[in-house]
Amino acid sequence: MIRVVLPAHLRRLASVEGEVRLDVTGPVSQRSVLDALEGRYPMLRGTIRDHDSQRRRAFIRFFACEEDLSHEAPDTPLPDAVASGTEPYLIVGAMAGG
Amino acid sequence: MGGVRVLVGTRKGAFVLTADGKRDQWEVSGPHFSGWEIYHLKGSPADPDRIYASQSSGWSGQVIQRSDDGGATFQPVGNEFSYDGTPGTHQWYDGTPHPWEFERVWHLEPSLDDPDTVYAGVEDAGLFKSADGGKSWHELPGLRGHGSGSEWQPGAGGMCLHTIIIDPATPSRMFAAISAAGAFRSDDEGQTWRPVNRGLQSEGIPDPDAEVGHCVHRIAMHQSRPEVLYMQKHWDVMRTDNAGETWREISGNLPTDFGFPIDVHAHEPETIYVVPITSDAEHFPPDGRLRVYRSRTGGDEWEALTNGLPQQHCYVNVLRDAMAVDSLDDCGIYFGTTGGQVYVSADAGDNWAPIVRDLPAVLSVEVQTLP
Repeated sequence: MIRVVLPAHLRRLASVEGEVRLDVTGPVSQRSVLDALEGRYPMLRGTIRDHDSQRRRAFIRFFACEEDLSHEAPDTPLPDAVASGTEPYLIVGAMAGG
Repeated sequence: MGGVRVLVGTRKGAFVLTADGKRDQWEVSGPHFSGWEIYHLKGSPADPDRIYASQSSGWSGQVIQRSDDGGATFQPVGNEFSYDGTPGTHQWYDGTPHPWEFERVWHLEPSLDDPDTVYAGVEDAGLFKSADGGKSWHELPGLRGHGSGSEWQPGAGGMCLHTIIIDPATPSRMFAAISAAGAFRSDDEGQTWRPVNRGLQSEGIPDPDAEVGHCVHRIAMHQSRPEVLYMQKHWDVMRTDNAGETWREISGNLPTDFGFPIDVHAHEPETIYVVPITSDAEHFPPDGRLRVYRSRTGGDEWEALTNGLPQQHCYVNVLRDAMAVDSLDDCGIYFGTTGGQVYVSADAGDNWAPIVRDLPAVLSVEVQTLP
């Protein structure tokens, strides 16, 4: 079970409260987590990464385990603590863009 | 008596204002989509319960919302706006080629007769269409690709397609306006387009006969006379009597002919409204006095409407999509300001009152006249 924390504006868009818990099959990476997230909440498609390029939107960041993972390649495995559900994967609105 | 539902888009959410036909007691709901920019909301003429909203943010881009119950609830629908084919380039501010990049939806124009069909005017300027209630969108590439697209440049607010008008008498005819490219017309349901800017003069363009490059701010039409269009250009208020083939200036005695919105009385096709703004550098009313100007002669002769509007220390702006008219017997006029006020006149502009005073900056105002 992967724990994902969305920024407030995306929690409202997806009509969720608190953390989102996702089952991710296969390797746990930025791509597989976002695929599972968008599968559960289709309205989030295009709001975290670009529809076509699948690149992270400029003012969205990914944090976990007190590290900024925003610039990691999409298929890089996420930390074990995220994969095991010990730590959440944080999707963050940068301190700009709002 | 009927009533009205006013749809207000702001920098930080949407608001729905409702009243009966007297338009003196208002219910305010919102903010909907709190924290997001709502560039535009508009209801379907064919089904007033169907409302489309353009929701965007710098963080998370574009979302389209749809209501099927008159704005009580909304659901996100499709938000994938991909330009047709290889997008190519337009001119950047410095004249260099710049790739076409989708930024946001400025304007949503529902079909006159099908609630599931809606057009979207976007930045960077392009025209999109959905025929499934906003779930999926495809570009009508004939506009961007008609030939002059590579010459278009953005205005200060971005290169936006902000006006879409469907001719009610000839639905295959459409008009679109782009800042800063100009006005365009299609006679085949948006498949092919041509510029219709003859007669426009823009001091920033050295060629007096330039077909494109004009900073059109807004175009308005009266449904009973679709060959007549009124235009608020960057500077100059203009009119065409032949569906855009030629334009002439009707600024007349306006204190300044810079401004953004323009609209037409619901029952008097020669009665039009503008809000003069001091200049392109000074986006506030002349002398700090908020005045709507009305012409009952189709332009040239204008009167200031001030009763109920602030006549000192007022330095707000009224943006291009922030004026609307209802179709009650006594035509109501509405506009919103960048200071967060939404004003109504229930008597065609003679008297004004604020509906709300302290919203976020108002980006758009539309009104639905309800049975």
